[in-house]
Amino acid sequence: MNEAEITEKVIALITPYVKNRDALVGISKDTSILGDLGVNSARLVDIVLAFEDAFNIEVSDDAADSITTVGDAVALIGKLVA
Amino acid sequence: MDKNRVVVTGLGVLAPNAHGLAAYEQALRDGVSGIRFIEKLDEQKFACQVGGVPPGVDELKHQYLADDDLLAMNDAMIYTAIAGLDCWRDAGLPPIESNTPVDWDTGAIIGTGIGGMQTIGERLIPMVDKGRVGRLGSTMVEQVMCSAVSAKLGGLLALGGQVTTNSSACTTGTEAVIDAFHKVQSGQFARMLAGGAEGSSHYTWSGFDAMKVLNSRSNDAPERASRPMSASAAGFIPGSGAGLLMLESLASAEARGARIYAEILGGAVNSGGQRFGGSMTSPNADGVVRCIRTAITRAGIDATQIDAINGHLTATFADPSELENWRRALDVEACKLPPINATKSMLGHALGAAGGLECVALVLQLHHGFLHGSINCDDLHPKIEPFRAAVVQQTRAFAGQIIAKSSFGFGDVNGCVIFRRWSK
Repeated sequence: MNEAEITEKVIALITPYVKNRDALVGISKDTSILGDLGVNSARLVDIVLAFEDAFNIEVSDDAADSITTVGDAVALIGKLVA
Repeated sequence: MDKNRVVVTGLGVLAPNAHGLAAYEQALRDGVSGIRFIEKLDEQKFACQVGGVPPGVDELKHQYLADDDLLAMNDAMIYTAIAGLDCWRDAGLPPIESNTPVDWDTGAIIGTGIGGMQTIGERLIPMVDKGRVGRLGSTMVEQVMCSAVSAKLGGLLALGGQVTTNSSACTTGTEAVIDAFHKVQSGQFARMLAGGAEGSSHYTWSGFDAMKVLNSRSNDAPERASRPMSASAAGFIPGSGAGLLMLESLASAEARGARIYAEILGGAVNSGGQRFGGSMTSPNADGVVRCIRTAITRAGIDATQIDAINGHLTATFADPSELENWRRALDVEACKLPPINATKSMLGHALGAAGGLECVALVLQLHHGFLHGSINCDDLHPKIEPFRAAVVQQTRAFAGQIIAKSSFGFGDVNGCVIFRRWSK
């Protein structure tokens, strides 16, 4: 799976939790999941569970805590699926 | 400090037989039952296989709630949100946006009987029992905490007053209205949303089925299954939904030119202490009588001024006792009891939501000048025969000024609230 495919999948998995729907239009690697997309911070747990199921990976708590932007998630998942 | 007069300026309802005020009023007038056969109850071998569930919520909820909100909302929370947003709009309050400032003057007391049961039964327990706690996700606590119903609505409306949930079994919704009334009367808040909500989970209803207090004899005739005051009453029918009222100080209502439906004159809650016939599951008659009399005293009226009663009347053995307790409380002969009706004949018993749904029904009747008939009591219970003149069997016009609402619940708890048609 290449980076573009991971990115597309990550955005699709985050989308159900997005409060600021307008921010989805210009979404990029630098988009902050909490700050820009308005995702409730508690929902990061659910998003990480969705990553685990979709990519068949295990994300440690420390690794999950390191995710701030869409790019962070894509990079982490890229490493775990490699 | 002078006490505020407290008026009702908004209503919201999601009931088994209707959504919205106009539809609810019409359903009440026409005697429309909201009781249906529930396949799940049949599958799970319930003795009672009928219940009251608000229809069309799967589509309706998307008109009221964003997808990300719905990810963390069970049925009771969704019912509350729909009724609450309707109530807010009906009160003529401004639309809420994400940047709407906090409304520090408005709070909410929204009760529920058995909180979060759908979430607990369908997700939490199965996952935990499989050793999958780590897969539960983040949304369990906010759905299973008893205050989920009030808390979620508080956020949707940016409420900055007290936002809480009370729980006193089947008295819950009426107790919420009385408690909220006192908050506004005492000047703590200008407005309080008040009422009750209850989800539709078969897990909630299972314990009642096991107690054999649900009617299992009418599975083939759902619309005739809820039979308060009937000789053939054989237990209550479980219901669900949400009924909410916007209570507001008269000064606040007048200052913003709000439409006023009715005034609340007073109310009382108490407990029978589970003595002299009272227990966890039945009332001490003296407690009931005392509660009604205290409400009348606090309302500043005489017993003779009560023009009608919206009863608790569930279709159990307690119905005849309820009428007798009202007779004692008002100190009248049975044939002189004011008109009394049973909204549960159409809705079933919505537990923690019952008082809210029934207070909304009461205010609509007072405001629009009618008393709805109690359906399914053509064969009046023999012990209720002496009260026949009081039992409202057919919808009729009503020109009275004051209606009292009573609710009673497990734990031997009682509530009575008194509404008056609005006049300055």
